[in-house]
Amino acid sequence: MKKLIPALLLCGAFAIAQQHPAIAIRNAKIVTVSGPVIAKGTVVVRNGLIEAVGDNVQAPADALVIDGEGLTVYPGLIDSLSTWGQPGAAPTTTTATAGRGGRGATTTATPAAAQMAAPTQLARGPEDRPQTTSWLKIADEISGADRRIETARSAGFTTAVTFPTRGIFAGQGAVIDLISGEKPGEMVVSSPVGQYISLGRGGFGGGGGGGFPSSLMGYIAYVRQIYLDADHYKLVKEAYAKDPRGMQRPDYDRALEGVLDSPRILLPANRLVEMDRMLRLAAELKQPTILYGGREAFRAQAAELLKKYNTPLLLSMKWPEKARDTDPDEVDSIRTLETRDQAASAPAILAKAGVRWAFYSDGLDQARDLQRAVKKALDAGLSREDALRALTLSPAQIFGVQDRAGSIEKGKIANPVVTRGDIFDDRTKVEAIIVDGRKYEPAAEASPMGGRGAVTEPGNPGGIR
Amino acid sequence: MKKTLLLALLAALPAAAPLSAETYVIQNATIMTVSKGTLKGSIVVRDGKIVEVGEKVMVPSGAKVIDASNQYVIPGIIDCHSHIAGDGGINEGSVSVSSMVDIKDIINSEDIAIYRALAGGVTTANILHGSANAIGGKTLPLKMRWGKDAQGLIFEGATPGIKFALGENPKRAGNPTGRAINAGAAPARYPATRMGVEDVIREAFVEAKAYKAEWDAWDAKKTGIPPRKDLKLEALKEVLEGKRYVHAHCYRADEILMLLRVADEFGFKIRTLQHVLEGYKVAKEIAAHGAGASTFSDWWSYKMEAFDAIPFNAAIMMKKGVVVSINSDDAEQMRHLNIEAGKAMKYGGVSETEALAMVTLNPAKQLGIDNRVGSIEAGKDADLVIYDKFPLSDYAKVQKVLIDGTVYFDRDNEVSSRPGKQAEKQKLIDKEKQNQQRPQTPPTRRQGQ
Repeated sequence: MKKLIPALLLCGAFAIAQQHPAIAIRNAKIVTVSGPVIAKGTVVVRNGLIEAVGDNVQAPADALVIDGEGLTVYPGLIDSLSTWGQPGAAPTTTTATAGRGGRGATTTATPAAAQMAAPTQLARGPEDRPQTTSWLKIADEISGADRRIETARSAGFTTAVTFPTRGIFAGQGAVIDLISGEKPGEMVVSSPVGQYISLGRGGFGGGGGGGFPSSLMGYIAYVRQIYLDADHYKLVKEAYAKDPRGMQRPDYDRALEGVLDSPRILLPANRLVEMDRMLRLAAELKQPTILYGGREAFRAQAAELLKKYNTPLLLSMKWPEKARDTDPDEVDSIRTLETRDQAASAPAILAKAGVRWAFYSDGLDQARDLQRAVKKALDAGLSREDALRALTLSPAQIFGVQDRAGSIEKGKIANPVVTRGDIFDDRTKVEAIIVDGRKYEPAAEASPMGGRGAVTEPGNPGGIR
Repeated sequence: MKKTLLLALLAALPAAAPLSAETYVIQNATIMTVSKGTLKGSIVVRDGKIVEVGEKVMVPSGAKVIDASNQYVIPGIIDCHSHIAGDGGINEGSVSVSSMVDIKDIINSEDIAIYRALAGGVTTANILHGSANAIGGKTLPLKMRWGKDAQGLIFEGATPGIKFALGENPKRAGNPTGRAINAGAAPARYPATRMGVEDVIREAFVEAKAYKAEWDAWDAKKTGIPPRKDLKLEALKEVLEGKRYVHAHCYRADEILMLLRVADEFGFKIRTLQHVLEGYKVAKEIAAHGAGASTFSDWWSYKMEAFDAIPFNAAIMMKKGVVVSINSDDAEQMRHLNIEAGKAMKYGGVSETEALAMVTLNPAKQLGIDNRVGSIEAGKDADLVIYDKFPLSDYAKVQKVLIDGTVYFDRDNEVSSRPGKQAEKQKLIDKEKQNQQRPQTPPTRRQGQ
């Protein structure tokens, strides 16, 4: 059977989801994440949910049985900040935080979803709502046809928190399962889960011609004004709803509607000063906040700050590297050198400090790159348990879906990944991927997080159930 | 050999960590108090404040003695016009009125220019928005407490400011060059003339007055839905209420008079005129308005409106009763403001104390912080600079800088820690090179290849 699958795959029948009334993986090691590891047990999946899990569970008679002897079952990995599910979307970037600490490419590619919001006129101030599509719900825009879904799935990812990323208030993200279904709505696990905010950088200004805002302080002022306006808007709207007679009708403002709809905001922060700045801003705005970036999260003060403000951090897996095309004679500052040297030790430090944090792919979608990124953190002292948690239960908790995703527990969505070997090991092979109870065959010779023989070229996208 | 060992030890110390505020006695120094003459004696510093200055002082028990024999102590230098320590641009130049933005939001406490300014004796700097627009962003003074976070730099209790700008800079965006038009880059932004600059300021304050009236009416009753809070107008409302100082970038005499008249008409004050290179022509009017003037010693002719400058500007304005300071507007110039002040002695014949006041007490007055800093007096913040030679000379080197009684710069430590820092840096560079040379994982095999 095992030999047969790759043979079938080579014939072009790639990643076809198989539908069974139930699936049981028995005699496998089960890493539940939420509870202790079950040395030898069974996981039963039915109707897209985990029906049973334990060392004393029988495989139902109608189930497709996978013999898990020598195999390990993990909860599917979650990318906590992603653009997966948005064909043609640019990867997320922390543009506000580019600069000194290493590379920081600004991506300007446009997600198809946000194109409709392209500005037609230069903004003259906050009242023109520049670079804002806060009302956009990515759940309405996702598609199973994104080729990266299959690539990611073959690396062990079953879930992503996907966000529109273009603009200052880019719009609202959703937790999605990485299925290649016919109806995109099937993919959505939770929506909306937060507003993605990015802050661009400006130069001298004036001559830029880009309209308001053109500087970091302009971006921040805009964000502040939006929340002042939202507060006021809410007051006026409520008063009008209560008694419209004799009251001038308030203008409908979709930018503010979008902001008011968002359960939390995501703010970019890579450097320490940026974390400090964004945490203060978030406190001022009184919005539940998640920081993303975290390039300097290895610094002791970073963990202190995050704890003080009780704010979680999404940590980019794209560790800073010396840009390849820089002047070889130019020497970076000691701070920059230090950051590149130590950035990957952040996970171990954050875990030890008890900060809520999760990994995010930050544009990496090749399994090999993701695997290498995790390895670097493991080498810098991160435990395998914490690494796994940062890619499963932690993101689920941060986005409030821990009741349905992130671990192998009875009643949760069935997203187990079955591997031969430890999920973070180089030579481990993915044997089966189940998303929403649908069994996907991994790409030929796929290994979780890449490993050696990962096939990363997506085949026929959009599997059939 | 002994010396080498000592050096090695010092190098191992964390270089940036400032000593905490202790009780210090600076002894045997020539003390230029600025407000109370120059004397030979001692300064006692406790809990961040100057507690005693005199020829003979009581040395409190446990005080650390800094021997400043043959050395000079001056109040920490205050730069009334600086653009350091900001992230992501200091101009919100997209609009002609950008009073919604705030330098406070973008303080970069890691900017090395802070440490360099400190090494030049600067203890406080007024961090201004740029001059790209008629009404710029909100501003504030910072203390150069290198090593503290952004909030730790803020000069507590100081009245915040706002930047205005007149003349060529704010109207330039209204006159895009041919190149820019061809490139399709910058569409013209009103205003394009000095008349337009005046109009922008007027319009903004007409709007701000209406806004203020709306809020005043609501504040009187506090019932119903409050008016919408507008960050742009909020800052101008504060100007009208005297809660925010106007620091106006200007050059020509005519535009200076224009601004003073507009301010008088709308009932607010111009706190300082910045650059003000033609201030000598209208010094009496400036003094009558009560505006301070913050200028360069001898930096000019970098554009048309800066052609009519003279090196006597500072001295002339001072003699006409204007509070005059000399500023840097530049991270490099900021490191030798003592020399810039000294030039006023040559051009204009001001006294040593008057010259020194132009970078200490006078900018403190202009920023409304002279109750805290600007001179060496009991009760003031212990912001002190120790020089090895007469401080207004080219040859003087800063030895130590204290802010709030804490040593933030020590030349000996700085110099001796350099080899250690260099070695640490080299180690990181070598390590990175080594890692880069390590063979990478073989490229991924791709299907069908």
